[in-house]
Amino acid sequence: MKNMEKYKMGEKVLMKGNEALAEGAVRAGCRFFAGYPITPQNEIPEYLSWRIFEVGGTFIQSESEIAAINMIFGVAACGVRGMTSSSGCGISLKQEGISYIASAELPFFYANIIRGGPGLGNIAPAQSDYFQATRGGGHGDYRVIVLAPNSVTEMGNFPKLAYDLADKYRNPCMVLADGLLGQMMEPMEFNFDWVDPDKLPPKDYIVTGCKGRPRRIINTLHMIPSILEKHNWHLYEKYQRIEENEVRFEGCNLEDAEIVIVAYGTSARISTEAVIKGRKKGIKVGLFRPITLWPFPKKAINELADRVKKLLVVEMNMGQMVEDVEIAVSGKSAIHFLGRPGGSLPTGDEVLDKVEEILSKPASPERERGK
Amino acid sequence: MRQEVIIAGFGGQGVIKAGVLLATSAMNEGKHCTHFPSYGAEMRGGTANCSVIISTDEIASPVVTEPDTVIAMNEPSLDKFEPRLKKGGLLIYNSSLISRKPKRNDIEVLAVPANEIAEKLGTVKCANMAVVGAYISKTKAIALESIKSSLPTVFYKLKQDFININKNALDKGSTYAQK
Repeated sequence: MKNMEKYKMGEKVLMKGNEALAEGAVRAGCRFFAGYPITPQNEIPEYLSWRIFEVGGTFIQSESEIAAINMIFGVAACGVRGMTSSSGCGISLKQEGISYIASAELPFFYANIIRGGPGLGNIAPAQSDYFQATRGGGHGDYRVIVLAPNSVTEMGNFPKLAYDLADKYRNPCMVLADGLLGQMMEPMEFNFDWVDPDKLPPKDYIVTGCKGRPRRIINTLHMIPSILEKHNWHLYEKYQRIEENEVRFEGCNLEDAEIVIVAYGTSARISTEAVIKGRKKGIKVGLFRPITLWPFPKKAINELADRVKKLLVVEMNMGQMVEDVEIAVSGKSAIHFLGRPGGSLPTGDEVLDKVEEILSKPASPERERGK
Repeated sequence: MRQEVIIAGFGGQGVIKAGVLLATSAMNEGKHCTHFPSYGAEMRGGTANCSVIISTDEIASPVVTEPDTVIAMNEPSLDKFEPRLKKGGLLIYNSSLISRKPKRNDIEVLAVPANEIAEKLGTVKCANMAVVGAYISKTKAIALESIKSSLPTVFYKLKQDFININKNALDKGSTYAQK
């Protein structure tokens, strides 16, 4: 173990999003990675394939995504901070295991660096996996906590938040980013101290050998409906607590806004450009950025809709988060949508043109479909 | 100050690395910067490019649609990015490998024989530094000294001899652009 802490807290380093995420995970105590290559997330396993050994961890390039997620199930059951990462179709393959881990209530962290879909799609940045991420993703009735970074700094710092939330609620927690955030470089800084995984609070549910104590059982099979129903309601109660306590979001220029753009991740970065350019032209436009996609900031958006009558949802897909915005707004404001699916990126000017077009028309309660 | 630049060429010419050098130097000068590479099926001999933004203000979107400067290291890159250059923008092209003249007349053009400059210094590998030198001498986006002092960080695997060759290539490119 020669090189534990690579960067000081607050030190500015130019890094790729994927590398920041990988270093952030190690810094947050990750000591086991298993995964299978796929673009545009390959820098994560590439980086960890040498870095994790410097801190005494284990790296496995597994024979498949399914093998990887089941290894993570195993290490999480033993109390190790494990991690996997993939993109689009690779995350689909992992869903069975993620569902098992959610049912077993074990903590772990994973990242989906989204590429264009459906199917094999392409390797360009997209936000097409929003539904999959925010609705659990696999079979059964469960949720995972979803964090959506919009900068390389957040890519580096969210693994710590993800592990802490995962431990706190004994639940999987994911970072949902895309090819652009994974591939781009910009100055980043860590906002947390090096985590020594041996000094984390002990977990009283993990299997470490039962000598001298009653045995613990990690199980996801509950054949009797009444027992499984009880387990489901127990999970439900936990998800309620997460929804009450862990919603995160950020607003920009909301105070006097006549129109607010709702966007996360890369589309929030692009929309920020539209806000800056719009404000220079005297347009009262603001940005609301959900940071947790589940739990979704429903209440905050609902309150926003009390005073802002026009909302524009910008996504790199055909319209997924826009449905959560609709639920949150409950018909109080007009909701417009600008989407670029298939790995295409909107531009700041395109978003601003849409803002100006919406402002030139009276507010309509119907959501506009399509571009 | 805000400069958006696209550097393009074939895989192996060091266009991505040239972009990383610009971004690192900008960061070391306390400026904001982003670097976004083409990625995926890139390989030696194929095409590669990266978009770099250097700014005194925070950068919202890292996506460059209408660059202030295009640096084209080979002909396919010139074909692809010349039309995207902003009106009045700067086009730097590698005249060692590109035989045709740029088509547009609403832009500033600088032909740099980057391969020849590099070969005279002993290795064609530093042709990317020649165009970086020319770029910063034209635009003053970053100080030459900041670029030089960032070399050891960016080329952390290189021996001092090669760092020095890169420094010389930066100087030659810079002087060439002043002519």
